[in-house]
Amino acid sequence: MRVYIFKRLVIAGVTLLGMSMLIFVLMRLAPGNITDMIFESAGYVDEADRRKLEAELGIDKPVPIQYVRWLGEFLRGDLGKSYRYDLPAWEVIKPRLPVSLELAVLALGFSVLLGVPAGVISAVRRGRPLDYVLRVLSLAGLSMPSFWLGMVVILLLVRSLGLIPSMTYVSPFENLGANLFQFLLPGLAVGYRSSALIMRITRSTMLEVLREDYIRTAWAKGQRETQVVWRHALKNASLPVVTLIGIEFAFLIGGLIVTETVFNLPGVARYLVDAIQVRDYPIVQNLVMLIAVVVVMANLTVDLLYTWLDPRIKYGKA
Amino acid sequence: MAIRTLDVPLRDALPEERGWGGALWLFVRKNPLGAAGGLLMLLLILAAVFADVLATHNPIRTSSRVLVAPGAEFWLGTDNLGRDLWSRVVYGSRISLLVGVASTLLGAVAGGLVGLVSGYVGGKTDLLAQRLMDIMQALPILVLALVMAAALGPSLTNTIIAISVVIAPRAARVVRASVLAIREFVYIEAAHALGGGHGRVAFRHILPNTFGPFVVLVTAQLGGAILAEAALSFLGLGVPEPFPSWGRMLSIAAAEYATKAPWLVIYPGLAISLAVFGTNLLGDALRDTLDPRLRGS
Repeated sequence: MRVYIFKRLVIAGVTLLGMSMLIFVLMRLAPGNITDMIFESAGYVDEADRRKLEAELGIDKPVPIQYVRWLGEFLRGDLGKSYRYDLPAWEVIKPRLPVSLELAVLALGFSVLLGVPAGVISAVRRGRPLDYVLRVLSLAGLSMPSFWLGMVVILLLVRSLGLIPSMTYVSPFENLGANLFQFLLPGLAVGYRSSALIMRITRSTMLEVLREDYIRTAWAKGQRETQVVWRHALKNASLPVVTLIGIEFAFLIGGLIVTETVFNLPGVARYLVDAIQVRDYPIVQNLVMLIAVVVVMANLTVDLLYTWLDPRIKYGKA
Repeated sequence: MAIRTLDVPLRDALPEERGWGGALWLFVRKNPLGAAGGLLMLLLILAAVFADVLATHNPIRTSSRVLVAPGAEFWLGTDNLGRDLWSRVVYGSRISLLVGVASTLLGAVAGGLVGLVSGYVGGKTDLLAQRLMDIMQALPILVLALVMAAALGPSLTNTIIAISVVIAPRAARVVRASVLAIREFVYIEAAHALGGGHGRVAFRHILPNTFGPFVVLVTAQLGGAILAEAALSFLGLGVPEPFPSWGRMLSIAAAEYATKAPWLVIYPGLAISLAVFGTNLLGDALRDTLDPRLRGS
């Protein structure tokens, strides 16, 4: 087990190191550097000033040296400086983290609450009309852009109920009710899509488990359907579902990017888009790296959880 | 006398042979949902091909008749610049289909080649290629596409490249997995024994047999690619103006005119959803047909 954990940690480290190189190179590909951006509004650029600034920022050095310096700073928790806000990046990110986290947790909650029961019911009623309805609904969830779904829901609320969800962020400490009301819709919009994936994997593993001998034994013992399906079968079908939920948590970030923009929520993902649009590349670089760390950690946790949940999985063979 | 018996027409004894039409009909009967998806895809392709005929107005030309509600002259209304929404949605199918198909094919072919080489050669090459694919998959699809698009700058070609980079590792995974299985078959050994070089064995004997999973992957990723283009364009980092992209239309609508002109929100989004829904339905049905291991999932 220890060897396995060690191996997984090494792989995660290598992945993140590679990711950091990829991001670094990509950001160097981008047209123009920070000095262009800073001087852009000034109109006239004095070459000497510009050199001075480049030296100050360290971008006059060769690329490998810049990379090592950046990596060192990132590892020490220094996320650089936001040129747009003229603040240390961490100061800008910190208040945004709870917003994205609340949205992600809500979305994940919705996706599990909707996806798991739908998958179980669909598997039990395989081939029946209800199965078809649930499958079409889940495919529809995978097909609709979550930002569009959000827009349509807002539109419906405004048109039919005259309700206008607040377009300025309300902190949960100020007004919990208003905060939840504000997060409910974006949470549902993002969660619906993830629930579709969870429903599909729940359905397919449930179909497999329901064919196994011990389920037949449970039926033969005369147990009630709810017992057999929800206790015996779902328990063993839950492993792949847990894996997917872990992976989905990481991938929710993708959904957050657009949803935070549509609902005007000041989250981290929204900040990434803002930073890209104003070409605040040092921030983009660090934010993307931060997201990669979250994703890799989520995958690692799920992998370790998986071996712990299912002792049949051999540790050495991964 | 004995020879005479051969005159019996052989065809009667065999089950009726099915032509293309018959096979298609069987697919429709067994997969009604898949057929519906195929129909949606067909409509999308027809809209893209015959956009010139179907459009009632010039999709780019602005006019003073802004935010007109849907009616007899402007079927789906007009946008904030007085452009006819129906014509823009019709032309938008070209962008969606072009970016979707091109990026999926580009990514699938590039990734497929990596998967083929990595699975066939094995050893250190395989390890290196796999780690590289791991790295590229360590980011949510949209984040990687977003960074790629930002680095390359917004243009039609760059959007295609950005999305294909995201698809490539997934294709590499799928092709590598089937190459690993095929490599062990006896006929591969026979091909080697007959003097077939590595290139010949890999491309003539292994590659054609990865086709099934490859087709499944391509259809499955097509919907994702269309969605990614919509999201990128929505954020202003994808296909730039004046191309009528569905995602871009939504971003203009979202800004100010949503409540005043809801049709600006509804129709482009509906077009995206239907296009992706079609590819997803068809993809599921193709997977069930071509990849029996996953049947029913």
